[in-house]
Amino acid sequence: MNWILLLEQTLNGFQLGILLFLLAAGLTLIFGIMDLINLAHGSLYMMGAYFAATFTQWTDSFILGALLALPACMLFGIILEKIALRTLYTRSHLDQVLATFGLILFLNEFVRLIWGPIGLDIPLPQMLSGSVELFFGIHYPAFRLVIIAVGILVAFLLYLLVSKTKVGMLIRAGASNRQMVSALGININLLYTVVFGLGAVLAGLAGLMAGPIMTVEIGMGEGILIITFVVIVIGGVGSIRGAFVAALIVGFIDTVGRSFLPDILGIFVSNDIADTAAPAISSMLIYILMALILAIKPQGLFPPKGA
Amino acid sequence: MKLGILGTLSLAIMLISQISFAETVKIGFVTTLTGGAGAIGNDMRDAVELALDHLGRKMGGSNVKVFYEDDTFKPAVGKQKTEKLVKKDKVHFVGGYIWSHVLMASRNSVVGKGPFMISSNAGPGPVAGKLCHEDFFSTSWQNDQTTMAMGEVLNQLGVKDLYIMAPNYAAGKGMVAGVTRTFKGNIVGKDMTKFPAQLDFSAELAKIRSVNPDAVFVFYPGAHGLQIIKQYSQAGLQNKIPFYSAFTVDSLNLPRLKDLAAGGLMTQFWAPDLETPVNKIFVQDYRKKYGRYPTFYAAQSYDTIMLIDSAVRAVNGNLNDKDGMRAAMRRAAFPSVRGSFKYGNNHFPIQNFYLRKVVKDTDGNYTTNVVKTVYTNHQDTYAKDCKMSW
Repeated sequence: MNWILLLEQTLNGFQLGILLFLLAAGLTLIFGIMDLINLAHGSLYMMGAYFAATFTQWTDSFILGALLALPACMLFGIILEKIALRTLYTRSHLDQVLATFGLILFLNEFVRLIWGPIGLDIPLPQMLSGSVELFFGIHYPAFRLVIIAVGILVAFLLYLLVSKTKVGMLIRAGASNRQMVSALGININLLYTVVFGLGAVLAGLAGLMAGPIMTVEIGMGEGILIITFVVIVIGGVGSIRGAFVAALIVGFIDTVGRSFLPDILGIFVSNDIADTAAPAISSMLIYILMALILAIKPQGLFPPKGA
Repeated sequence: MKLGILGTLSLAIMLISQISFAETVKIGFVTTLTGGAGAIGNDMRDAVELALDHLGRKMGGSNVKVFYEDDTFKPAVGKQKTEKLVKKDKVHFVGGYIWSHVLMASRNSVVGKGPFMISSNAGPGPVAGKLCHEDFFSTSWQNDQTTMAMGEVLNQLGVKDLYIMAPNYAAGKGMVAGVTRTFKGNIVGKDMTKFPAQLDFSAELAKIRSVNPDAVFVFYPGAHGLQIIKQYSQAGLQNKIPFYSAFTVDSLNLPRLKDLAAGGLMTQFWAPDLETPVNKIFVQDYRKKYGRYPTFYAAQSYDTIMLIDSAVRAVNGNLNDKDGMRAAMRRAAFPSVRGSFKYGNNHFPIQNFYLRKVVKDTDGNYTTNVVKTVYTNHQDTYAKDCKMSW
């Protein structure tokens, strides 16, 4: 095995984990605190990417575009919560799944009407578009390093917000026991709006950072949403710490599995079989992990206290 | 009195047969119209409409109705839509099909059920070989052919160590089989990625860097092509390891790739600048009507309509004469964008393959031009497995 390659793959896994964490943090809060299954969370990721692409075109700068896209995402999330999702809180989970699935279809068509069927591109500034040499001759795409740095910063800020501020206290209380929070006279509607807005910003941030690597296109959030659900199930619903750890585990296993499984399988079976089986097995790995964790710890790795 | 009834009857029969002669030609067209790959389907639909414009919206004097169906990039949906076209709309021809796995799923709903099936893009090995059928035609190519041509190009360029990347589905496997068949050097690495779900190729690109091959060859159709090329450049590999592709760069993603694709080499049966009389008119009118270069998908779809027209014309619009229409299609006597060609016994074209290069046209738009001919009148390798002869 090649150590430079392993290190590079670890960074890749970390970078995927960071994107998953940004999505999972919002989703887990919305699910844990508001008891809302929001399938349209991936659409917020898509909106983040489209907003950033548009603002980048207007301002000619990715950084300005991204900074403008974040409040736009929050506003969009808040409007969505007020118009569409508020009526769903008292309904059953099945109704929520149905309604938010409808929302995915609606938002996909909405994007098609405004931005057209062909996707957009987010051009990166020159300094971010190449790769940089780290230590030991490891080359790594500069922009992916930025994603990792931003992700760690956001994780740290979220930690401060949740564990050191009054809003964070309410969020934690809401995740543990919603009825008690509202019984104590907290304005739960306002809390819901804040949480949803926060979730929308995090999802949008993930989307706008994924945009320049992949492309900004309709339905881009649907595939990653499934993995995000895996992350929050593994991490424990409602727990940001759990989301962080689980996202990194899932990102690492997915990337490293994809990279090394064909070689490992090749030791045991013929190359032809390994070539065919490896992609199938490596895409199953995270689900196998989820099943294992559900069997051992049904609440996930870090369930919120009192849940 | 009796005579009068007979007279009326025979008149009625005459009228009915007159009507059946002027029956509307119904064509089903299954493609992807929504999602990230929807742009490809739109391009194909635009080409079909242009072909109908060129035909005056009639085939052999009959009216034409095209039913466009969206397979949403899913084999199950493609099969469902195909069944609907055959059973409910009772179409005479089913064309389209971008994706090999969608075509494979849909095939049995058409062949042997009445209508002709014409693939406007997908060319999986089985339908060219063992599963070849008298009611199935292709206006594109067999999957392996284009990459076999690429294997020859790589040999000529003296590439020794090659790294291959392709999506893990029917066409990806065919494309890899093609280049593996003709490439004489070593294949030092190969990645088959999950399709269409996987859009981030960081892990694979890291492996490429660590193996450091002489060249990389990829097959990533549609939006995936855009992503692999972008990420290849972001990983700093663009100017380090030469990059060759098939069906990865097309006229839809070129305006978005711009400089990233400049100079890129690929093999194909067609190019916008191919010097045939039909192609000149096709490309010129397509650009006039839609304001962009047509893709190869569009060129093949245009040919699909022209092939159908040649069949309908040969039987004077008598759509019950399937044998007559089949015989006409086998002659490939229609004005094709690729110039004149012959059909092999398996109903796949025996045709030329060219090396194409990404260049800027005089207006500064990116397009691809033919560099040289790699194969002349090339037949796919599956034809020998096809029992059909005519």
